[in-house]
Amino acid sequence: MAAIASLGESGLATPAERPRGMQVRRRRRLNVFRYLVFTVFGLFFLLPLLATARFSLEGNRLGSWSLAAWKEIATYKGPPPLLPAIEIQLELAVATCVVVLVLLVPTMVWIRLRVQWISRVFEFLCLLPLTIPAIILVVGLAPIYNFIRHYQLSALTLFFAYVILALPYAYRALSAGLNAIDVTTISEAARSLGASWFTVIARVIVPNMGQAILNAMVLASALVLGEFTVAYLLLYNNLPVELFSISRNTPNASVIFSTSLASLLFAFALLLILSYAGRRRHRGRG
Amino acid sequence: MTSPMTRTQDGAARTGVEVRMAGLSRHYGPVVALDKLDLTVQAGELIALLGPSGCGKTTTLRLLAGLEDADAGHITVGGRDVTHLSASKRDMGMVFQAYSLFPHMTARQNVAFGLRLRRIAAAERDKRAIEMLELVGLSAQADRYPHQISGGQQQRVALARALAIEPQVLLLDEPLSALDAKVRAQLRDEIRRIQLEVGTTTLFVTHDQEEALAIADRVGVMKDGRLEQLAPPTDVYSRPATSFVAEFVGLTNRLAGTVSGSTVTVRGRDLPLVDLSTPPGPAIALVRPEAVTLAADSSGDSGPLTGTVIAVTFLGATSRVTVDLGDTTILAQLTTADASELPAGSHVTLTIRPDPVLVSGDAPAVSEA
Repeated sequence: MAAIASLGESGLATPAERPRGMQVRRRRRLNVFRYLVFTVFGLFFLLPLLATARFSLEGNRLGSWSLAAWKEIATYKGPPPLLPAIEIQLELAVATCVVVLVLLVPTMVWIRLRVQWISRVFEFLCLLPLTIPAIILVVGLAPIYNFIRHYQLSALTLFFAYVILALPYAYRALSAGLNAIDVTTISEAARSLGASWFTVIARVIVPNMGQAILNAMVLASALVLGEFTVAYLLLYNNLPVELFSISRNTPNASVIFSTSLASLLFAFALLLILSYAGRRRHRGRG
Repeated sequence: MTSPMTRTQDGAARTGVEVRMAGLSRHYGPVVALDKLDLTVQAGELIALLGPSGCGKTTTLRLLAGLEDADAGHITVGGRDVTHLSASKRDMGMVFQAYSLFPHMTARQNVAFGLRLRRIAAAERDKRAIEMLELVGLSAQADRYPHQISGGQQQRVALARALAIEPQVLLLDEPLSALDAKVRAQLRDEIRRIQLEVGTTTLFVTHDQEEALAIADRVGVMKDGRLEQLAPPTDVYSRPATSFVAEFVGLTNRLAGTVSGSTVTVRGRDLPLVDLSTPPGPAIALVRPEAVTLAADSSGDSGPLTGTVIAVTFLGATSRVTVDLGDTTILAQLTTADASELPAGSHVTLTIRPDPVLVSGDAPAVSEA
């Protein structure tokens, strides 16, 4: 009897252990694959950045490290001057974010609540800029900008083109945020409590889309901070265009790299600040 | 029925308002959701709208709340025509089926939201929010966010929020359907207690017949966008106006019989008719299981009211016994103690209590709503 019981126990234990062993091996293989992919892609992105950082510190005098190129960002007189280009780029980022959010948030909420049947068409229109090459967009926008130039020469007018470019990214981020809440029910609840449509959007829906709005802002800002093609082809001078002209016109190449890296670090910092702010809001509630 | 004038906790009298819906219609494309509905809710009354999915009960509530527009008809609240008034101006508190608390606000802020829109001073707003949370027994959870409290507590806060604005009418759209049975029963009683306390005219939509019968002053049974019957719960159950009501509310045996005069003869027994205008001739009598009593029969004689127990379903205090009569089956609802003496296979004799019954023209069968 004891032998039978013992056989029975081992017979029961083996099939239970086998899948567990397989699971462990499979998990280990997956982890190795995961770290491999992470390392390869990490190097792919990191190496050019490290090279840029090194060049901004070494310049063409290999072995001699200096922060001169970084200090020069603020004092560089040009031609062309760098500081106004940085300012305009930041202003463009802010203007684009504001306009995109003002346009998209109420429209998307309204569509979700009142005209759901049009949502697919709206999504298609918002995602359309992804499929249009920059050169085609520029050809289409050129006559409009020729007209605008009669009245305003500032590169700030580029925000109009940037709003179009940022639409797909902002739409996706905001759409995810709207999907995460029961917009219809909370709007109806607010309406039944006496809220106007403006109050519903401003006090009920937007505060619940905080993270999605931050994400949309990060994406729109990142796009604007690195945008070169449209500005260059429309003959406006934003930061990437100025960096490009410095690289063509001056022998002091280090400052280009320090400025590029600085703008990249600025975008990273912005991303970190926004996501940290979003997490704190969330934790504050929890 | 509840008196239109009731008293609040602090003793202040509050009067509900009468709600009148006349010829209310609503179509969704070719589908008729509401078909010329006429319904009057007396001041301070709680009416439960009961019916199967798609019968138009939620549409009625949404039209009354102003969340949808009626194709035809009029709605008056306290004598004022609100048919074309926007939802935000109707002064109605609503509790939804889905959890509808604002996720970024605490329970207290949720309750105070409507008061804030009415520009009530912060101190007064806060005081009233806490009072309302006390009314629903959640003052200890005032500073918790919706995701930090249970579903039942969320619905209580939603009720407090709806009541905080002292609405003319309270609308409850299946507020208990997402909750488990025990919480549902507790909250159902609490809703009734609070409604009686504040005296607000209330329309309660549900598909749960037990809930409707337990909570309402009157129950409106709906089918295909029309009211089949509007009556006190006891009448809806014991004197159903139509065979649909009889079969939808509670369990019904469908037994073949013959109508003559004011009675219908079922298996040799004369039962009084609810509807005296029923034409004479063959008909199906709708008999409640609790009107059927069983007794063990050791003689083994056969007759129209003898049969064999084929199943006993334990329901707690009561049990449902299924009896095979040879040509049909019949359900009887007995106390569990009585039913335990009649195991499956027992030979039994039946007695049908002479309650007024309704007849239907369909083929005999046993149906459960």
